[in-house]
Amino acid sequence: MSERIITLPLKDEEISSLKSGEKLRLSGILYTARDAAHKRLVDTIKRGEELPVHLKGQVIYYVGPTPAPPGKVIGSAGPTTSSRMDVYTVHLLKAGLKGMIGKGSRSLEVREALKEFKAVYLAAVGGAGALLSQKIVSAKVVAYEDLGPEAIRKLEVQDFPVVVINDIYGSDLYEEGKNRYKKNIKNP
Amino acid sequence: MRKISAVDIARNVAEMCCEANYILNKDITSSLEKSLEAEESQVGREVLKQLLMNAEIAKNEEIPICQDTGFALVFLELGQEAVVVGGDLEEAVNKGVKEGYLHGHLRKSIVEDPLKRVNTDSNTPAVIHYEIVPGDRLKITVAPKGGGSENMSALKMLKPAEGEEGIINFVVETVNNAGSNPCPPLIIGVGIGGNFERSAFLAKKALLRPLAKPHHNLFYGDLEKKILEQVNNLGIGPQGFGGGVTALAVHVEVYSTHIACLPVAVNINCHASRHVERIL
Repeated sequence: MSERIITLPLKDEEISSLKSGEKLRLSGILYTARDAAHKRLVDTIKRGEELPVHLKGQVIYYVGPTPAPPGKVIGSAGPTTSSRMDVYTVHLLKAGLKGMIGKGSRSLEVREALKEFKAVYLAAVGGAGALLSQKIVSAKVVAYEDLGPEAIRKLEVQDFPVVVINDIYGSDLYEEGKNRYKKNIKNP
Repeated sequence: MRKISAVDIARNVAEMCCEANYILNKDITSSLEKSLEAEESQVGREVLKQLLMNAEIAKNEEIPICQDTGFALVFLELGQEAVVVGGDLEEAVNKGVKEGYLHGHLRKSIVEDPLKRVNTDSNTPAVIHYEIVPGDRLKITVAPKGGGSENMSALKMLKPAEGEEGIINFVVETVNNAGSNPCPPLIIGVGIGGNFERSAFLAKKALLRPLAKPHHNLFYGDLEKKILEQVNNLGIGPQGFGGGVTALAVHVEVYSTHIACLPVAVNINCHASRHVERIL
């Protein structure tokens, strides 16, 4: 299967051409955020205040890395479970977010919002944090430093491998993959 | 009474936290290699290859296999003819965890209060299980466990009439509901019998058994095989991208139970089932 090379930020016409199941190699800027940072971002939006990072057109990576050992940019840095961010996601899509990287399936509400706001959900391989750390060329905390591993970091990545799970047309790789390979299911 | 020093316990626990997080046990890499041959999905095979490469990088570079370096779970089997000297046993374990996570550059993933959620910055407290056993040794098992797979685990009090079929259905349903979330391929611990909390403890302990080593009782060894087959028929596959390798193994542990009860606990682990043992 061929891999598409994508330079971030994502362009609108690129987003419309992405299809569920496609493999991508991303280069450019990602912002990290997980549960605690999402809560703060959404609380800030609800109060009508300005966000500490400009999310318009950007991609968020759901990751809480391990501390960087001496001489390294970052520690292990694989994706965390995305569904925990579902309750916050629509607010961020409304603020202009164009992509998310995580692992595991999204709620129907998020999948509908991806169609509406023309954004995509991508997955990196969970449990491959050591391998993925080698694709990160720089990392800097840019907001919520007090959250430690959950602080927002600006990452520069090179050839970062992801798979498109949800495109803007409503397809879902998890459903399609499972339907293709399931056998003689008595239940469920 | 044989004396075991609290300082030694702390030092060993610290080293074990790092070792467990950097080095994927051989039984798991062998199982991943085998699965690579069995997996029919191309994208599934690529995931398995990435996981094997990841294990190599983690070991060589001494960085964690996964960024979720886990809740530090520590099993202590203390011989009844041994005594801990020079400090408090629980404090020694927590000191070891704190030092291991700090110096080993492991992630601190523990919040002090489940609702206020402020990070303790030391990955403590550990979850410690104590058992008193014959002898004069202390066996320590350090088994860091990630949150993503733990979240997908489940416990159900079945009716005794539901029997073997009820158990199989509950495990398969739990794995199906978990889908791609716990980072398949999985290792599935199943605790059957006991009471509410004993079944959960058995499910956790089942994860410590080496892969490819079936239950010593043929009946339960066979049950493990049946569950594994049904789980792999779900089609979830590596990372949930579709495929035949949803789980690497199912391990069952059992205990006597009450005439009214049939508890079943399912503890899900990703491929990174980390556990290191030492005997002091």
